[in-house]
Amino acid sequence: MSSQEKVVEQHLQAGQEDGIDRRGFLKCMAWAGTGLVWTLSGGIPVSKAFGHHVPRHGKTEDFAFVQISDSHMGFNKPANQDVTATLQAAVDKINALPQRPEFLIHTGDISHLSRTEQFDTVDQILKGASAKDVFFVPGEHDVIDDNGKAYLERYGRNPSGAGWYSFDHKGVHFIALVNVLNLKSGGLGSLGGEQLEWMERDVKPLKSSTPIVVFAHIPLWSVYPEWGWGTEDSAQALGYLKKFGSVTVLNGHIHQTMQKVEGSVMFHTAMSTAFPQPQPGKADSPGPMKVPEDQLRSVLGITDVSCVHGQHSLAVVNSNLA
Amino acid sequence: MIGKFLRSTGFGLAIMVFVLPMLGSPSIAGAAQGSGPTASVKIDNFSFGPQNLTVHPGTTVTWTNRDDIPHTVVSTDGIFNSKARDTDEQFSFTFSKPGTYSYFCSIHPKMTGTIVVQ
Repeated sequence: MSSQEKVVEQHLQAGQEDGIDRRGFLKCMAWAGTGLVWTLSGGIPVSKAFGHHVPRHGKTEDFAFVQISDSHMGFNKPANQDVTATLQAAVDKINALPQRPEFLIHTGDISHLSRTEQFDTVDQILKGASAKDVFFVPGEHDVIDDNGKAYLERYGRNPSGAGWYSFDHKGVHFIALVNVLNLKSGGLGSLGGEQLEWMERDVKPLKSSTPIVVFAHIPLWSVYPEWGWGTEDSAQALGYLKKFGSVTVLNGHIHQTMQKVEGSVMFHTAMSTAFPQPQPGKADSPGPMKVPEDQLRSVLGITDVSCVHGQHSLAVVNSNLA
Repeated sequence: MIGKFLRSTGFGLAIMVFVLPMLGSPSIAGAAQGSGPTASVKIDNFSFGPQNLTVHPGTTVTWTNRDDIPHTVVSTDGIFNSKARDTDEQFSFTFSKPGTYSYFCSIHPKMTGTIVVQ
């Protein structure tokens, strides 16, 4: 069994658990594999081993997209002194996928310090990806010192609000949320009232059979509040999605894969393309984790998602950069 | 003659009295800007240390980020805001008025601290 297969097996086992207690979802921690293929299948994402064939129905609605996250362009500390090279490796990985993704989503921390040249470098590297369209949400590192102004000017897709938006692609409704602005002392990630009201209005007209994909930087479930790995008002946002039969939540921020299934909602976090972070509570802080040089690319990766209509899950595959 | 001497001495003393504060002012101002009381807070492992610090009025507190990740030092009341401080970068603020000043890292809001000035 390859390491990637092991990872998927862990995910599948995790998916069979109730996914509610913390011990249960901590078991979902998967270090060996990185990069996830999301296949939207009847609107619901299912996970599959990277490189394995997803059962296809040949319908034109089927498609795949790739999630990348936490590229932290500008970071140059011992945990990874060449984040440009590892982002390039992620793009190479994307371009080698058997099913060409129709677009990319980037779940934030594009840059390390919100600097123009850091955003420029990421944009330049992503131009080399087979999928040209990239849908971003900001991480807290993308809104430093200017409350997200430069981020919005560059990546904003909605003239109102502070960066949230939605779009439809081949029958799937995608919702991009911002939970890194106006953070309160001692608090977690935050969506805020204005965004929640927008989201409620956004999903109201949709049929309950519409597959939903929500993406945001900080996890929308309580991964480890002690390290700020959660969003204080995420329950309200998820409440608006209760009527939907298929909800997939894609997050970044924690630089490692985790998965949790709760009812019709599947939560997933992606690896970083820059550096790994420790498992919750397994270090003094969530700071960058130094691993031996020859192991770095095995803990960085991409997430590939395939959407196959007629099946009731999205295929989600993590692939590392090794 | 004596009167003239006294007058000139008086004039001299007057000048002395006048000049001394002039000489004194720059050194007092200099103290307030850097050589006065100082204190430091280290940022390690996503925490401020010491988390709670008590200083006298006029103390300049300097925060040093020793993490591999940028942090900020932001007053919850908007009194000071460091902007992002990357590894080994510092931020200083002089606390002139007594009071309790709560602050946090606006990037990682779980990081909180307090400066008590008394």
